[in-house]
Order: sequence, then structure tokens, then C-alpha cells
Amino acid sequence: MDLSYTRTEEAFRAEAREWLRDHVPAEPPPSLETAEGFAAHRAWEAELAAARWSVVSWPEEYGGRGVDLARWLVFEEEYWAAGAPGRVSQNGVQLLAPTLFDHGTAEQRARILPPMATGETIWAQAWSEPEAGSDLASLTSRAVRTDGGWLLSGLKTWSSRAAFADRAFGIFRSDPEADRPHRGLTYLMFDLRARGVTVRPIGRLDGKPAFAELFLDEVFVPDEDVIGEPGQGWRIAMSTTGNERGLMLRSPGRFLAAADRLVRLWRSEGDPGDPALRERVADAVIGARAYQLFTAGAAARLAAGAPSGAESSLNKVFWSEYDLALHETALDLLGPEGELADGAWAEGYVFSLAGPLYAGTNEIQRDIIAERLLGLPKGRR
Amino acid sequence: MTFLPTGEQLAFARSLDAMLAAADTPAAVRAWAGDDPDPGRALWGRLAEAGVCALAVPEEYEGMGPLPVELAHAFVALGRHAVPGPVVETVAAAVLLGELARLGDRGPAKRLLPALATGERTATLALAGAEDVRGGTEDVRERALPYALDADRADTVLVVRGERLWRAPGHGPVRASADPARRLARPASGGELLAEGPAVAVAAERARRWAMLATAAQSLGVGLALLDRTVAYARQRSQFGTPIGAFQAVKHRLADTLLALEFARPLLFGAAVGLADGHAPDGDLAAAKVTTGEAAYTAARTALQIHGAIGYTEELALSLWLRKARPLRDAWGDPATCRAAVLRACS
Repeated sequence: MDLSYTRTEEAFRAEAREWLRDHVPAEPPPSLETAEGFAAHRAWEAELAAARWSVVSWPEEYGGRGVDLARWLVFEEEYWAAGAPGRVSQNGVQLLAPTLFDHGTAEQRARILPPMATGETIWAQAWSEPEAGSDLASLTSRAVRTDGGWLLSGLKTWSSRAAFADRAFGIFRSDPEADRPHRGLTYLMFDLRARGVTVRPIGRLDGKPAFAELFLDEVFVPDEDVIGEPGQGWRIAMSTTGNERGLMLRSPGRFLAAADRLVRLWRSEGDPGDPALRERVADAVIGARAYQLFTAGAAARLAAGAPSGAESSLNKVFWSEYDLALHETALDLLGPEGELADGAWAEGYVFSLAGPLYAGTNEIQRDIIAERLLGLPKGRR
Repeated sequence: MTFLPTGEQLAFARSLDAMLAAADTPAAVRAWAGDDPDPGRALWGRLAEAGVCALAVPEEYEGMGPLPVELAHAFVALGRHAVPGPVVETVAAAVLLGELARLGDRGPAKRLLPALATGERTATLALAGAEDVRGGTEDVRERALPYALDADRADTVLVVRGERLWRAPGHGPVRASADPARRLARPASGGELLAEGPAVAVAAERARRWAMLATAAQSLGVGLALLDRTVAYARQRSQFGTPIGAFQAVKHRLADTLLALEFARPLLFGAAVGLADGHAPDGDLAAAKVTTGEAAYTAARTALQIHGAIGYTEELALSLWLRKARPLRDAWGDPATCRAAVLRACS
């Protein structure tokens, strides 16, 4: 067992740190859940991409640096420690891109990945429907065969970033006669400005249009925008959701930086005589370190060729509950100031409130942990 | 960076596990809690043969160490099988003597260390910092000294008071612990002065760190054993015509227990790697200690709840682990002390 960084990793860290020090904006851009902030974040993605820092783990031909997981983790530590902006391309980079690497064609990768890397095309996910959240297999939006492609109809909702994004990806029922609900689904990409698409922004809990409803009325999608074989959408989507819950979505670097900010807040605002708050601050520090080391182990297992399996459910429950606890502690440290909606911690708090809900609710994840990792019987909900 | 156990480490852990599984440790634990320390001593002898005691001892004193990562693996196995006796304390005593030798005072190591490395003898120890022993009456100073585990049964009782290392001549009354396999007594004052000077305090601090690590590992093992037994029970115990493990409320509680243990494990091994590298990972050790302790205690609460009334008896072997979880959580650094240390270590 070894936790020391190689010379290559240290050199990479130094290079990233230096670039970030020179380029991270001194004033954070507005919230990426607003039109103004979205544009500013898109410009930041372009700046990152120009220096090839936007997708470091991708192959060079698509705009990346081809670095391994260990160096990706190093980059993430430096990125968040530098106070750099949130990633507006996250849905595409973390969810669609891994799917294309695993199931897409060479043509799709060449066409879709480079503009994703620069922020020129920003992707929204279109998974959930009003009656299909964690129970994704019950979705009813249809893909009907037509000349040279498919026609999409139905309603998608809670589509993150769709209010300002360019394109979306999701799964659709292409064979209503299939014998099981998770069969007969097809994975497709579509343009949010295509004929037949109506985007209705939805204000999240703080009123910012962080997601949207997508009304689809015979939206044409050419065959070239089907990922994998028609009817295989469920299997392909599941490989993506594992990624969503797993280590790529929430890098430890993000939480290490947040815990660090929390300790500084505690030292400036905290009442040293309040042991309950002191303990919660300590737990935030411990949790970030636990997550970092857990991820180091997971990365080593992946590098050694082990598949990422139900462990991603452990990961998801941990980071989502950790994130919320950390932000609640910050608000408690701020006291009455914590109520202010434009405070530095407010945005993170609202975002963290959703963690236990999305990417498969934590209740569903606990079922997966119990059944697949502990071998408990399937059964009554 | 490859934060994974090596093949040798896994094989070592598995062989200890197999050996302990075959050794009827519950009987040894019950005997240790009663009048008969012999099965426990025999168990310790076999663990020593497997090399467990040698892991904290430098080669020149018949050890193979210091190997904190291997030690952590070993103590997870000891916790899984609820091995009784001053096992953590023997390791910590060995670290104390080894470190003292490294700092120049080789006398006590020469005399005592080889027998600890081979498992021929066991030791226990009580460490009191300088602030604990300053001022007050003799009576107050005595009470400031921590309990030593199994002082009545260990071959050697070591006591550090500030910058002095004593070999205690005996011990006070044996007090019952919440875990009957843990026997607590204060070492008697006086005895032979083995060493004195600043090196004693440095060596004691190092011993304390290894004791924290070994206790954390033991806690993780205790938690894993509690979870394993409870999952097995939840699969076979039926209520309302269904195995209780099919109920979501039961599943989620067990899932939370696994979560707590699986996120404590990397903290434990991260701290062990830090010790091996010779860093002073105060924050990491404290984080490992508090997190493994809390995770094992969570596992104990879950195990008791899911076993129901049958779990609330001392007849079921489960009680051996149930009663261990809480005292281990508080031994060698209680949660509040550890959390304070974590914050102190933040830059």
C-alpha cells in the first residue's frame, strides 16, 4: 500500500497549479444556473480547453491529455483548491462522454467530443419523466421509427441545465411491445432547438432555473444520433448511471477544498466553546479525507482492471450526505447570516439539498447496497 | 500511488483469519473474562508464532518491523475474532522500547523486547503525560494515571509518568469493564526505574500512536464481525412470513452500517501507511481512531436492534463483540479527543 505520488504525478500537479494560479478569475462568476452565469461559465470552459485543462482524462485527439485516474484526481484537487468555477459541462463530460467512449461509434466521438470539451456544445440530460424518477424503467416517452431516424414524443422533466444548454441525451421507449419494462428502450441524442422541442425552465428551490421540462412532439433524430443498438438503451444507460454515482461525478478534491473553507470559516466565525459545532467541523474534515482515501482505493482497483460495480452506490450515498452535512454546518456557523440567499455558502447548500434525490435516490442506493453488496433478499419496499 | 493491499498482505490477513476461525476464540474470550487465562494465552502464542508481535519490533530485537500496515491487517483479524488480552498494549510496549533504543537507550529493549517479539511474554502499559502528573497529592497523581488493561495477567507492566519509565511492582484492584474480557487496574507506583529523560516522552508518544492504530484496526474488525453476523441472521430469521432482511427498514440500517465501515477502512490504512512512511500523521491517526470506533459502535447498535431480544443476552456469542465495540471506541483516544486532534492538525 502506497500513498505517495510519483514524479510524473507531482510534475503534473505543479503544472496544473501554476496554470490555475495565473488563470482562475479573482471574482467568482455568477451562478451557472442563471443566463448570465451560464455564459460566463461557458467562456471559462473555452479558456480551460485552450490550455487543454477541460477534460484532462480524455485522449489527446478529443482535446484531453490522456492522463490516468491518479492524475485526474490530482488535477481535481488543484482545481478546487484554486477556487476555480463550477463545471457547466459536467453532464456531458461525466455522463455522456463515458457512454460514447464505451458504446459510441468513432464518428460520434469525433463529432461530439471536441465541441463538448470546449464548451461550444453544452449537454443536458433527459432521463427523468414525471412518472419515472429512480424507477427509470417505467418511462413512457417514445421513439418511433421513421425514414433515416426516429421521432421522439413525450415529456421529460428535471432535466439539469436544459434551460440554457444546446443538446440533450436520454432514453426512450422504442418497442412498447417488449416483454419487460427495461427492454425496448433506445439511447438517443437530440438538439434542444430542434423543431418539436419546447423547453420550459423550472425554478429549483432557490428560484434559479437549474432545470427544465422538455415537451417533445415528433422531434426528428437521425440514425447517427442513436448510441449503441436500438433496444439496448437500458444496459447502456446503466453503465452511465454507475459513472454518475461513482467517483467521476464528485471528485474528492471538491470536498477537500470545501472542508478547508469550512475550517477557515469556523476559525473566523465559530464559537470555540461550542463543542457540538466543533465536532461537526472535525467530521467534515474527516469525511473529506475518508472520501479521498476511499477514492484512491477505488481508482487503484479500477486501474488494476476491476469493474466498477455496486460500490458506486456506497460512493453516492456517502458524498451526497456528506455534502449536505458540510453545508448545514457552514450555515450553522454563520448563524443569522446563513439565511442570506446570496451568501457564499448559499448556492452550495441549495445544490447539496438535491444530492440525496438525484442520480438514483439514496433509498434506492441503500436497497442496491443491501441486495448486491450484503446479499440480502429482494423484497418489500 | 497504489492504495491497495499487496498480495502478501492479503495472504497474511487471510491466514490469520483462518487460524483464528479454527481456534474457537469465543471459548477463549469467555475463559479470559472468567478465571482461566490459559486459552487466551495459548491463542496469543499462536498469533505470535504467526509473527503478529514481531511486526512492531525492529529486526535487531528479533522482530520484523516496524510494519504498521501489516499490523493493521492483523488487528482487523484480531477484532473480527474478538481476541482477548493486552494485545494492543503488548504492541505499544514493544514500540516504546524499540523507539527508546533508537533514541539511544538500548538497555530496556535488550532486556525486554525479544521476549515480546516472540510472544513469550506479554506486556501492558499506562501512559501519563507530564501535565497529568504535575502537582497535587500522591493520591491525585495516582488517580490521574490511566488504567492498564489486564495488568493482573500481563507479564510486564510498564508505566510512563512524564519523562520516566517504570516497571510497576504490581497493580491496584481489578475493576470490571463493560466488556468482561477487558480487565482494568491501575498500576502500583514505584517499582524499577527503567529509563528517564526526554526520550521517554518521545517514545511514549510513538507507543500511543501505534496503540491508536491497533485499536482502530481492532474496532474495524469488531464492526465487520457484527455486520457479518447480523446479515446472516437477517437472511434466516423470518417474521410476517418473510425473512426480515427483505424489509427495507432492516436493509437500510445494514446498508448504513456497511457504509460506515467501508469509509472507515481507508482512513485506517491511510494512517498505517503514514506511520510506515515515518510521517507524523496525527490528524490521520485520530481520524482513523474516531471513525472506526464510531463505525463499530454503529454496527453494534444495529446488530442489537436486528437480533432483537436474543441479541440482548450474554449467551449468544454476538455479545462478545457487542460489549467490545463501545470500550474500544473510547480506549486510546475517545471521540472528542480524536476530533480535537483532527482540527489541531488542520493547517
